[in-house]
Amino acid sequence: MEYLQAFFNQYGTLLAQGTWATIVMTFVSTALAYVIGIPLGVLVVVTNPDGLHPHRIFNTVLGWIVNIGRSIPFIILLVALIPFTRWIVGTSLGVPGAIVPLVVSAAPFVARMVEQSLQEVNGGLIEAAQSFGSSTWQIVYKVYLKESLPSLIRGGAITFITIFGYSAMAGTVGGGGLGDIAIRYGYQRYQNDVMFATIIILIILVQIVQSVGTHWARRIDKRNR
Amino acid sequence: MIQLEHITKTFDHVEHGEHHEHHVLKDVSFTVEDGDTFGIIGESGAGKSTLVRCINLLEKPTSGKVIINGTDVTNYSGKQLVQLRRGIGMVFQNFNLFAQRSVLQNVTYPLEVAGEAKDAREARARKLLSMVGLSDKEKLYPSQLSGGQQQRVAIARALSTAPSIMLCDEATSALDTMTTNTILNLLKRINKELGVTIVFITHSLAVANSICNRIAVIDDGKIVEQGKTHDVFAHPQAKVTRELLDMEGKALA
Repeated sequence: MEYLQAFFNQYGTLLAQGTWATIVMTFVSTALAYVIGIPLGVLVVVTNPDGLHPHRIFNTVLGWIVNIGRSIPFIILLVALIPFTRWIVGTSLGVPGAIVPLVVSAAPFVARMVEQSLQEVNGGLIEAAQSFGSSTWQIVYKVYLKESLPSLIRGGAITFITIFGYSAMAGTVGGGGLGDIAIRYGYQRYQNDVMFATIIILIILVQIVQSVGTHWARRIDKRNR
Repeated sequence: MIQLEHITKTFDHVEHGEHHEHHVLKDVSFTVEDGDTFGIIGESGAGKSTLVRCINLLEKPTSGKVIINGTDVTNYSGKQLVQLRRGIGMVFQNFNLFAQRSVLQNVTYPLEVAGEAKDAREARARKLLSMVGLSDKEKLYPSQLSGGQQQRVAIARALSTAPSIMLCDEATSALDTMTTNTILNLLKRINKELGVTIVFITHSLAVANSICNRIAVIDDGKIVEQGKTHDVFAHPQAKVTRELLDMEGKALA
């Protein structure tokens, strides 16, 4: 007990700040990744050969871009993007410096997640919507996105947790947050207790996000009533 | 009135690097008069579904003309096409209800995309739900309904924009006999009371016999005979019709 007391006195503030930085980093990055990823995913589905507006060349090029984005290991992207990050947010350090590479890396991932969710929508519903005189935009908004919402939320939880993991890597180049703490204290100073503490916090956060995502998706899904 | 003139539909596909053409419809022509209950009959793969989709241009014919109420609509696109489709309701074999929308929201969907105000479209939807006998179900979701109930919701939805034509693609094929009769009676009522022209696709002669005043028999993408239901069944000319009658005929006698 005394040991724990002493540990929290010494590292409590540090860990709380790190946790907060990680949460902010992940939330903002996930949100921005979705702002870019949803339109990308929708475009991939709509321009698909069986889509509402088939466009082979556009679809292929878009697929390449998404794949290229997904094939660069995050740790490499992180370093390679430093000049770009500096140009966008003025620094490559701390939370703002981590958000830029996280978004660049997660947006293609989100695009694929969104694409997969939309592809799950029964083609008969799209056809029905067309037969009632829906515009393409209405079909995207009122059928594709609405019908796949539970799946999109589940995908959102997965994305969030993936970005969570990436955000720890961002710590290695001074990105701040729990990853930064784990590297500096745990790895560089051999303070295993601090490293364990960060791991426990990460596990708890991941569990919370996953449960919230699963429950929320189930609650709004009208299919299994 | 629906006139199809010399409709052909060819699907291209590439297999093992070779280009193939699949002729699904071959020079199909027929006329459906206002107030008809017109049956298109044939076995699976005969081209029925593709044919009915040419009427509301879900499938664009490779050649030929689609004429609705005297206007050639074959090359409609954009706003014109949307407008045309609002005048043609459609019902599907698997109902195709929106699973994340309530019964009421399903029926209002076509009016919602047409920009109708919420109050007006809900009033209209409630009237139609009462007509199909599901007034008490408006807050439920499709997964909470039986197949027959789902199809009645789908019929109400197809009627929401007050179309003059309704296309039924195997509308009763996923239902048992009792439920099929309920749906057929409902469609007959819609035809008589609202004067909606019905085009009914089916592989079942018993169903066609029950609801259609005229039928066309389609085989391998061609119409092999057409006429009054009664005449076709009494004096079948084409081999396919006789085969279909042999298989199912006793049920009709």
